[in-house]
Amino acid sequence: MPFYSEKVMDHFQNPRNVGEIKDADGVGEVGNPVCGDMMTFYIKVKDNRIEDVKYKTFGCGAAIAVSSMVSEMAKGKTIDEVKAITNDLVAKELGGLPSHKMHCSNLGADALHKAIENYLSKKGK
Amino acid sequence: MRQVYLDNQSNTPVDERVYNEMLPFLRENYGNAQSMHSFGFVSKDALEKARLQVSGLIGSKPEEIYFTSCASEANNLAVKGAAEALKNKGKHIIVSSIEHFSVLNCAKRLSQNGFEVTYIPADRYGIISAEDVEKAIRQDTILVSIQHANTEIGTVQQIEEISKAAKKKGILFHTDAVSTAGIIPVDVNKLGADLLTLSGQQFYGPKGAAALYIKKGTKVVPQIDGGVQEGGRRAGTENVPAIVGFGKACELAKAEMQDNYGKIIKLRDKLIDELPKKIEHIYLNGHRTNRLPGNVNFSVEFIEGEGMFLLLDQKGIYVSSGSACASKALKMSHVLTAIGCDAAVGQGSILMSLSKYNGDEDVEFVLKEFPPIVQKLREMSPLYSYFKKTGKRQEAGPGTDYEHAHEHGNEEN
Ligand code: FES
Repeated sequence: MPFYSEKVMDHFQNPRNVGEIKDADGVGEVGNPVCGDMMTFYIKVKDNRIEDVKYKTFGCGAAIAVSSMVSEMAKGKTIDEVKAITNDLVAKELGGLPSHKMHCSNLGADALHKAIENYLSKKGK
Repeated sequence: MRQVYLDNQSNTPVDERVYNEMLPFLRENYGNAQSMHSFGFVSKDALEKARLQVSGLIGSKPEEIYFTSCASEANNLAVKGAAEALKNKGKHIIVSSIEHFSVLNCAKRLSQNGFEVTYIPADRYGIISAEDVEKAIRQDTILVSIQHANTEIGTVQQIEEISKAAKKKGILFHTDAVSTAGIIPVDVNKLGADLLTLSGQQFYGPKGAAALYIKKGTKVVPQIDGGVQEGGRRAGTENVPAIVGFGKACELAKAEMQDNYGKIIKLRDKLIDELPKKIEHIYLNGHRTNRLPGNVNFSVEFIEGEGMFLLLDQKGIYVSSGSACASKALKMSHVLTAIGCDAAVGQGSILMSLSKYNGDEDVEFVLKEFPPIVQKLREMSPLYSYFKKTGKRQEAGPGTDYEHAHEHGNEEN
């Protein structure tokens, strides 16, 4: 049996929405304390919705697939909907992750949530 | 699809001549080597022939060869067996920090049981200094165990000097020669080893057979108790087919060593010379010249190893990586850590190990397929875009330190 599910491999090989947003409304960066990897998420918000989302990831196959999946899950959603995206949900959407790779899914949701916090704090000012 | 197998430090394919030699012992000659009937004798004779072939490869006497099931078992027998045998003389042993886990974890076990262990550090090229070993020797030192070469970064040690340091003080010396036996000359007398581990799986023999050379007169306490096999030092029914294959592999390795060496080292050097021309910011791990002929180990900066090997896998290129993400324990390879490889840079380590079955086409294929994979992953990497924008390195996350990486990157080997 291959190490990763087909869905993980698909997202890993063809990651969606890779990149950066120059004038992003929110940026979230997280490092993975377990293995020393990193992810940066950029969001563009319009009318309380995630209009655009991009990211860059330094990490394993799972981490890359997770960031791709998170970006797809977030696009077009309202801020509250996006806040409800959990690590578990991301892993489920990917058809599961090997157990010692579950921590990689934290990276994705955490980075996205940080980007939203960043956006909200900017807006609050 | 084209398949390029570059994971030969994990396992080599079995040579067809080895395979043919083994076959009769799977079905026709199935006797137990300890049985006293004619069937048993066929197996017993085959066992002794293999012992001769193994001893011929490393310059020992056949009766100094003890078969085990794998190199880990042989290392266990050497380290724990010798320590136990000598515990009344002293309780201090010396190993290097870049040994295989089968030596390191034996040392750990011993230290839980009242022994003291000194770990000799390696320099940034993976070299263990004989002087350091000599300095670490104490009144109560009973065993020094230093590998002949490191499978992962390929560095070959000056074992003669290290063993001399031990011998001067009358201390038992073991060397794990798993990555060198059958590949480069290994002679127990020249190396000055009292105990030496080798395994056929590294040079076209089958899995399931390895050996420990035990110099005549050396006391080693068995780690598997049972019957009389292997002179009572290693009980358990002998794996005759695998041992026969191991013996044949030794015979072939001895006869063809020079040819194989010349062929493989050319491929290695082509990869080591050409990859940095095609990919920026990559650093060779291990020593450039004191190096196993088939070992290519680079750290590719700004990206992570598992991503690389998965994409290489898609192209039919099979390699391995010492990155934290690629390991089950999620820790960077202890060897890379020991040679001071920065945690973030080591995340991008990639190991390609060659065998006699690799050819020029394989190297060309890697040179063609690998750079775009690196490029693809770098374009996704926040560390790379940061570097592109600022010319500076960024830490990869908690627990990594890019300052040091910068140094690492500047000192071209
Ligand atoms: S990011 Fe390191 S294991 Fe997934």
